[in-house]
Amino acid sequence: MEIDKELLKHVANVARLKLTDSELNKFLPQLKEVMEAFSRLEDVDTSKTVSSIQPVALRNVMREDKPGKCLGQEDALSQTKLKENGYFKGPKIV
Amino acid sequence: MAISKGRRLFKADVGFKMNTLSFVQQVKKKEIDIVEHISKTIDELKKINKAYHYFNIISEEGALAQARELRKNPKGKLAGIAVSVKDSICVKGIESTAGSRILKGYRPLFDATAVEQAKKEGAIIVGKTSQDEFGFGGFSVNVGLDYEIPNNPFDASRSCGGSSGGAAGITQKITIPHIAFGESTGGSIACPASFCGVFGLCPTYGRVSRYGLIDFGNSLDKIGTLGKTAEDAALLLNVISGYDKKDSTSLNVPVDDYLSYAGKSIKGMKIGVVKEAFGSALDKGVEKHVRQGISNLESEGARCEDVSLPLSVKYGIPTYYLIGTSEASTNLAKLCGMRYGISEKLEGNFNEYFSKVRSKHFGEEAKRRIILGTFARMVGYRDAFYLKALKVRTRITEEYQKAFRKYDALVSPTVPILPPKFSEIEKLSLLQTYMMDQLLVGPNLAGLPHLNVPVGFEKGLPVGMLLIGNHLQEGKLIQLGSKVEK
Repeated sequence: MEIDKELLKHVANVARLKLTDSELNKFLPQLKEVMEAFSRLEDVDTSKTVSSIQPVALRNVMREDKPGKCLGQEDALSQTKLKENGYFKGPKIV
Repeated sequence: MAISKGRRLFKADVGFKMNTLSFVQQVKKKEIDIVEHISKTIDELKKINKAYHYFNIISEEGALAQARELRKNPKGKLAGIAVSVKDSICVKGIESTAGSRILKGYRPLFDATAVEQAKKEGAIIVGKTSQDEFGFGGFSVNVGLDYEIPNNPFDASRSCGGSSGGAAGITQKITIPHIAFGESTGGSIACPASFCGVFGLCPTYGRVSRYGLIDFGNSLDKIGTLGKTAEDAALLLNVISGYDKKDSTSLNVPVDDYLSYAGKSIKGMKIGVVKEAFGSALDKGVEKHVRQGISNLESEGARCEDVSLPLSVKYGIPTYYLIGTSEASTNLAKLCGMRYGISEKLEGNFNEYFSKVRSKHFGEEAKRRIILGTFARMVGYRDAFYLKALKVRTRITEEYQKAFRKYDALVSPTVPILPPKFSEIEKLSLLQTYMMDQLLVGPNLAGLPHLNVPVGFEKGLPVGMLLIGNHLQEGKLIQLGSKVEK
């Protein structure tokens, strides 16, 4: 399958990464080679196989819908300089 | 050298001769001054770290504070043991970054459950060990921006293996009782254990709580242990295993006493030797020592015969990398310069800001894996890649389950090569570096417990043999591993 510079730029943009020209030129042949090699998975017959999201049998677990102790505001804000008046500060949306 | 009663000082060189369990007994009887011991330990770690870079952070004040507290009332299964923690596992108050600059400054407000359990049993947390950024690598060369690469304890021009390189390196190099926390997604405990000549035990998926582990791949990550002996690895696993309601993937099954399996007879146990692991790509020196390890098992009464696992060895790599990078790319989406970790000046809209922070502070391999994982999940590609990989994972797991109907364990080399020089790694293509994991990704995809057992030295470099067990059969691995160890 064809992976070109434009597709790579698009994927990086979706992943919120801005690659330099040097990174684009380095990553493109590497990712092409890897995805080409990985496409050999199509040789495996999985026509009667279900997907494995987890490696062991797990059941979904729920807890009681009861309020409890949670992280306080001061603690929650303690890990960043980007805060103001008890709120996290972030970039503008629009 | 025995420590006589009444002697309070502990000499660093006694560690060579004292096993971990004896040390714990001496600490509990107050025959060892634990504060003095930890002070000497920290000095030793600092000296080692200057040359080998096994730690991102050595927690001197924290370790001494724990030692002073323990001295008041020494108790616990790990009383006084120095325990290092891979940087991706959160320790309260100690910078925990998973080896990445994007998390610089993050000091967790909580301990990972596994760390909390170790502390309750008297472990002294001495620091955070170096690793590939977020676990993205098999040689510990993909450390984050501004981080140092750890050097092999036997040859500083060579790799420690990865991604738990620092954990394996310090476990080999340190001369006092110590056990390390490691983490494995695709082989990151067993590989560095092999390259550094120590035991590395990766438990069944869900056996140890992942609460407090900075994720790489949620369906693949496992916290495990590294020790100089099988007993040391088992001792820490005993303490950290168990159900945790804070981890929705934690297994609610009783915890076995893994330590009790050490030294038990292995007579009559059936072991499958993975045929495909002994192909032309296997280094002849590695093969020689692994075959000797298998021979040691046979001389202890185990029955070894060839078993074929064609799917796992041939298709494990693409399956693992497609699932692992897909999960990683979603997990790393939360790292964007807000709430914790590194930040930049707030300029531009949210897309521009997030892209700026991520582009500037993620390392190269982190970016590559995010892109790979995003691509594998995209419309038009996800059927052929991500969804296909989920089905091949099922086929691989079924292949192992079929083998375990006949065998108690499986055996193969851990890594097909000796620890390479850094200059050799630089010449490898991306695909070639990924292929180094080919003997390890299978058990990791299937969530199977596995143990690296050191089986000798070739050209002065350690060789590791991999034992793989069925789910929740960690005890058998300790039983077998302790018998190979001579």
